[in-house]
Amino acid sequence: MIIYGVALLSVSLIFGMLIGEALGVMLGVDANVGGVGIAMLFLVFASNSASFRTLTEGAAGEGIKFWSAMYIPIVVAMAARQNVAAAADGGMLALVAGIAAVLVSFALVPVISRLGSSDNEAAPEKEVR
Amino acid sequence: MELIESVFLRNNLIVAFAVVGITIWVSYLAADKLTHGRIHGSAIAIALGLVAAYFGGVATGGTRGVADIALLGGIGLMGGGMMRDFAIVATAFGVQLGELKKAGLAGVISIFAGVVVSFVVGAAVAILFGYTDPAAITTIGAGAVTYIVGPVTGEAIGASDAVITLSVAAGLVKSILVMIGTPVVAGAIGLNNPQSAMVFGGLMGTTSGVAAGLAATDPKLVPYGAMTATFYTGVGCLLGPSVLYFLVSALV
Repeated sequence: MIIYGVALLSVSLIFGMLIGEALGVMLGVDANVGGVGIAMLFLVFASNSASFRTLTEGAAGEGIKFWSAMYIPIVVAMAARQNVAAAADGGMLALVAGIAAVLVSFALVPVISRLGSSDNEAAPEKEVR
Repeated sequence: MELIESVFLRNNLIVAFAVVGITIWVSYLAADKLTHGRIHGSAIAIALGLVAAYFGGVATGGTRGVADIALLGGIGLMGGGMMRDFAIVATAFGVQLGELKKAGLAGVISIFAGVVVSFVVGAAVAILFGYTDPAAITTIGAGAVTYIVGPVTGEAIGASDAVITLSVAAGLVKSILVMIGTPVVAGAIGLNNPQSAMVFGGLMGTTSGVAAGLAATDPKLVPYGAMTATFYTGVGCLLGPSVLYFLVSALV
């Protein structure tokens, strides 16, 4: 059932957001602390766990994949509803920030690649958190 | 005329789906025919969205770009925070934790280093341009991570909408530059094997930029770069409105 996957996705987002809000209250900041990221972790763990198989396989999985494929269209709509007119003065800032970030990241590729080739075999099990 | 208007208004979300679909179709066509795939269609579509938002804002005097035009009001719902977060979380589906193990230590380091480095650079540029509000500095830094981490962070910590827009634009510049620049610098940075492609994906993180850039360099490297890039936005969404925001607040 497609709705099972959609429901799993929804529950992940809601729990992530609730935890993010709760963290914000606990830490005394008026912010949702990492809610979307936490929700993504929930979904990754659910989709890697055997006990959630009925919610992630077959048609249920298609329900999640649909929304995953809607990501770029939704980002396009998000771009179209930005307050560009007000931000236009800052165009230079956006350009400089984007270019600088890319140049520094390019420069780091050989540095970290070298780091990896020396101890590639001993790579410990690490999860994204 | 009135008839058309009332149908469009009553079905505004559906109109948004149609309009965005047409925009993406035109963009992918342009990417294919005009840039020969060098610039990914998604980047063109997002850029078109920003341009349309500019004219929408100028025409209506509102703050929500195209969404302030009554007939296109559905864009506001489709591109709003709720749908955006829903779709971002969905992209985490199918990520195999085993894949990350394959990427190895260098892959994992590259993801965290990539997020932090881009953030620091973006935040530093924001400070250079005279921003002093921690929320604004954090949001622009997050935009230099990706165009999605920027708005997710900005809305979570309450940045102004002009700042959030800047963060989207910074992320878009990054994405396009990675698409165009990768084949140019590939030789110089040793981008010719799966290992360095994984590190590259983790450092750059913009999935569309990495995929298009690597495809133009050597199509065999695409899956390796995409593998680590997939984790990048997630890590960014996790760190941006939390650790990174607290660090900026403590330092500024």
